[in-house]
Amino acid sequence: MIESAIEATRLCKNFGGVCAVDDVSFSVETGSITALLGGNGAGKTTTLSMLLGVLLPCSGQVRVLGEDMIAHRYRVLPRMNFSSPYVDLPHRLTVRENLTVYGRLYAVEHLKTRIAALADQLDIKGFLDKPVGRLSAGQKTRVALAKALLNKPALLLLDEPTASLDPDTADWVRTWLNDYRRESGATILLASHNMAEVERICDQVMIMKAGRIVDQGPPVDLIARFGRATLEEVFLDIARGKDRET
Amino acid sequence: MIPSLRRIGAMILRHLYILRGSWPRLVEMAYWPVVNMVVWGFTSQFFASHSDWVSKAAGVLIGAVLLWDVMFRGNLGVSLSFLEEMWSRNLGHLAVSPLRPWELVAAMLSMSLIRTVIGVLPATLLAIPMYHFSLFALGPPLLLFWVSLMATGWAIGLGVAALVLRFGLGAESLAWVLVFALAPVAGIYYPVSVLPGWLQAVAWAFPPAHVFEGMRALMFGQPFPIDRLMHAVALNVLYLGITGAVFLRTFHIARRRGLLMGSGE
Repeated sequence: MIESAIEATRLCKNFGGVCAVDDVSFSVETGSITALLGGNGAGKTTTLSMLLGVLLPCSGQVRVLGEDMIAHRYRVLPRMNFSSPYVDLPHRLTVRENLTVYGRLYAVEHLKTRIAALADQLDIKGFLDKPVGRLSAGQKTRVALAKALLNKPALLLLDEPTASLDPDTADWVRTWLNDYRRESGATILLASHNMAEVERICDQVMIMKAGRIVDQGPPVDLIARFGRATLEEVFLDIARGKDRET
Repeated sequence: MIPSLRRIGAMILRHLYILRGSWPRLVEMAYWPVVNMVVWGFTSQFFASHSDWVSKAAGVLIGAVLLWDVMFRGNLGVSLSFLEEMWSRNLGHLAVSPLRPWELVAAMLSMSLIRTVIGVLPATLLAIPMYHFSLFALGPPLLLFWVSLMATGWAIGLGVAALVLRFGLGAESLAWVLVFALAPVAGIYYPVSVLPGWLQAVAWAFPPAHVFEGMRALMFGQPFPIDRLMHAVALNVLYLGITGAVFLRTFHIARRRGLLMGSGE
């Protein structure tokens, strides 16, 4: 097994002279749930996009599941998947049609059985034949998760997985992700603004500010280092430029 | 199955699902070609008794309008397939899937063929009982004309898709209008010889002029103009190669500029 599912080395990305990601290096341990935290414009989505290979860095290297993501992304893409509230599935297609199309793109074997199993696990059976455009935000999130899990990914990248969800659905998603990681041994990297969520399910946290990783570690360690009670307080300290205690 | 074929098939299936789920779309695809054919059919009937030129080859105008629709629908089939991904903000999901850009292009071209057949075939068949004109009477050359005009439509469609990818949905109206820039020099309804000398040179630089001249030659009982067709083939290879390369290059630029994730309405 590869020790690090992701290895980013000295990643830089500029957009027209504006530095979005500045000399970022990190690794994500296989089988872990890791969070990428940061305020708006901190560079989280840019970093995720580079890890997915849809954005080319100005410099630096990305290795995902042991492969060079810039040179050989098509060797890795079948083993990873992605979900974001900002990227939709075709609205006019039904849930089943969407999952069928993506299942074929990812070469999922026994696709009908896989869709049925995911429909069961994610509780989307009731609206499998409904167009995605007619679903509620919570239902869409579960469908997006089903799409992201179709190929049983070894690496799952999630951009704000519980954005605009009610507390009950958000809690359900968090529990489900934790269970999936435990059962499959998959690695999950998520970008989030929800500190309570991160504190609850993540093993590691990387905090970004102005395109750089300014601190990282397990949530409990970060809280202890900053002498705070919650990760949210740590985040606010970092965002407002206050140093940690030691 | 070969992985590439499976992925191309998945993308075709994605668009067929849309067509299956919306009969108004299917009707719309056949609607304009039929309306065009009917209007030009009556115009042809009128000219047949008032124009020596048209009376020598009944159906020359109907044939022209049907073949023009092949090119127009060919272009629209490619650009609309791409616009569907932009409108539904789905391009990001496709870009992180194992689908290669050239497979996306192959799927768009395949969908264009399907859309064009659905769009133009009803009008072509309707012209037989209505005006006693069968485009199929052109014989095997019809297939060559069809493929050639389709390829020109594909080249324009890929160019439009590249512009939409680069400049966003503000450029989407080009899908409907860009193809008409070729209409004056395509010699659809009149011979290229009526154009001023300098414009004739422009006309011969594009494949449709060769195809429509070839069609007229056949309908006026002249020998099959193989040289015209060869010119059209060579020009199509050139233009399709250029716009295909431009689209793939634009895809790469989109990866550099971060346009793939944020695309959409």
